[in-house]
Amino acid sequence: MRSAVPQLQDYLAASAGRLPDKVALVYGARRVTYRELEESSEALARGLAARGVARGDRVLVFGDNTVETVVAFWAALKADAVAVLVNPLTKSDRLAYLLADCRPTALITDGHLEGVWSGAVATPHLKVLAVSGRVNPALRAGHPTLVPFDDLLAEGASRPPIANRNIDIDLASIIYTSGSTGDPKGVMLTHRNMLTAASSISCYLGMVEDDVILDTLPLAFDYGLYQIIMAFRQGARVVLERSFAFPAQVLTVASAERITGFPGVPTIFAVLADMKGLASFDLSSVCFVTNTAAALPVKHIEFMKRAFPGARIYSMYGLTECKRCTYLPPEDIERKPTSVGIAIPNTEVWVVDERGQRVGPGVVGQLVVRGATVMKGYWEKPEATAKKLKPGLLPGEQVLWTGDFCKMDEEGYVYFVGRMDDIIKSRGEKVAPKEVENVLVSMPGIREAAVIGVADDLLGEAVKAFVVLETGVQLSAKEIQNYCQSKLENFKVPKIIEIMDELPKTDTGKVKKTGLR
Amino acid sequence: MDAKAQIRAFITKNFYVPDGTTIADDASLLEHGVIDSTGVLEVIGFLEDNFHVTVEDTEMLPENLDSIDRIAAFVARKCGTPA
Repeated sequence: MRSAVPQLQDYLAASAGRLPDKVALVYGARRVTYRELEESSEALARGLAARGVARGDRVLVFGDNTVETVVAFWAALKADAVAVLVNPLTKSDRLAYLLADCRPTALITDGHLEGVWSGAVATPHLKVLAVSGRVNPALRAGHPTLVPFDDLLAEGASRPPIANRNIDIDLASIIYTSGSTGDPKGVMLTHRNMLTAASSISCYLGMVEDDVILDTLPLAFDYGLYQIIMAFRQGARVVLERSFAFPAQVLTVASAERITGFPGVPTIFAVLADMKGLASFDLSSVCFVTNTAAALPVKHIEFMKRAFPGARIYSMYGLTECKRCTYLPPEDIERKPTSVGIAIPNTEVWVVDERGQRVGPGVVGQLVVRGATVMKGYWEKPEATAKKLKPGLLPGEQVLWTGDFCKMDEEGYVYFVGRMDDIIKSRGEKVAPKEVENVLVSMPGIREAAVIGVADDLLGEAVKAFVVLETGVQLSAKEIQNYCQSKLENFKVPKIIEIMDELPKTDTGKVKKTGLR
Repeated sequence: MDAKAQIRAFITKNFYVPDGTTIADDASLLEHGVIDSTGVLEVIGFLEDNFHVTVEDTEMLPENLDSIDRIAAFVARKCGTPA
């Protein structure tokens, strides 16, 4: 690390300097060393800079969990730009929104997603459209900025190094998250924010250089991305998988690679718990298992203790706005299985009432987070930012009002009670009911819609929609779901659709969601 | 309808295939965003109900399930009939 100017990408450079020939990333049949990753991301950064990507520009990376996505993330940082990773399940409308919102000068994507991006990239800000995989020759004529990913790498390799000017309070990344209004909000994170979170989390997890981390979570989801950051900080190895869709395949790889770290979300553990053949996979190398995104049901904790004997089990809780709030030390999991734990190292948390006064043990209030992990705000959304960031203890300092109801016990352990907004957590992903309702009522034939989350063993919460049709219209649940699938990421599509004659309303005519539960 | 046609019908009816595109028999369903992890479970449910086969956990692999061709060949092997 350049100790005076710490930057996130120094993790990769330092590990590449120290362990150049170590395999840093395993992806299918590909085994990529630290040197190769450092060289390709450096070349890509120079290629981006040569085509006009400047300090502070946003670089949008729209791809699956692949080697190219990993290289693109580091390259954006090396170019002094801001990396914006976008879930590959994103549909055209939302991608167009993101492109208009953060106005990136580069989009790095893949040929198989052409159907999504080709209609959305007619934006004046875009100077580079780098496409990995198969590039449709017909598209090149219509997109003068289009360059195959490998060509851009080759171009950059012959360029001189970039004179980096970023300092640690510059932005490293914007991570989009669903807001209750339905419009995505870009969480602005500086190098300092992300370095602090990565150091804090890898320290309490006890990560070491010999770790082999299985990463099946989307890189566009902060915890999926942090697996790469934290492993590279340590000089460890990541086994990257596209998804957890084929558990048997993932577990075969996990066993062959002797993984030591297994990060997951409740849905992954629910799938594992249902697998009859789980015992046929040797997972004895696993030293730690982590859960985030939603509270871990106690029955899953019991299952994890059986499935990963001897492994440390971490139940954790947080939000993108500060990466992570709390973790439950593994030695406390028997004693306090329903707690989400204590503040992560180098941060503080407390609970306040509506007036901002701290409350005593056992009293439910809003959780507040203090520390260098707290975001700089939502990208170009000052009003939404003002609701979350408020003056802290010292002049100029801002603390995060999480919008989550929590309580603390006498020993300072936090218990998550619920969210103040109506966001649904399905499969570990945030779903704003408003966004789904907007899509539903945009469908011809639908007059009104209301969306809630209902408890589901596999998903945590399932998205349920109540729909009122126009008079004389007939629509099946499947037709409505198909329509939603064309507009929304799969995890936002209502799993259950109930067609009603009318929705329960309050006296003022608002939909009464409590009447739907 | 033969097995492959039934599988294709199930997939195009139940999952989202973008307008104007047809999904090739040998195309990866996962890569094209047609199915995801819960979609895989729905496909398995369909195979078990429709073809009266039992899909073991250890058979939930891309080589068995990640294209219309592969699903058809998998069903044929399970049923002991030529694909």
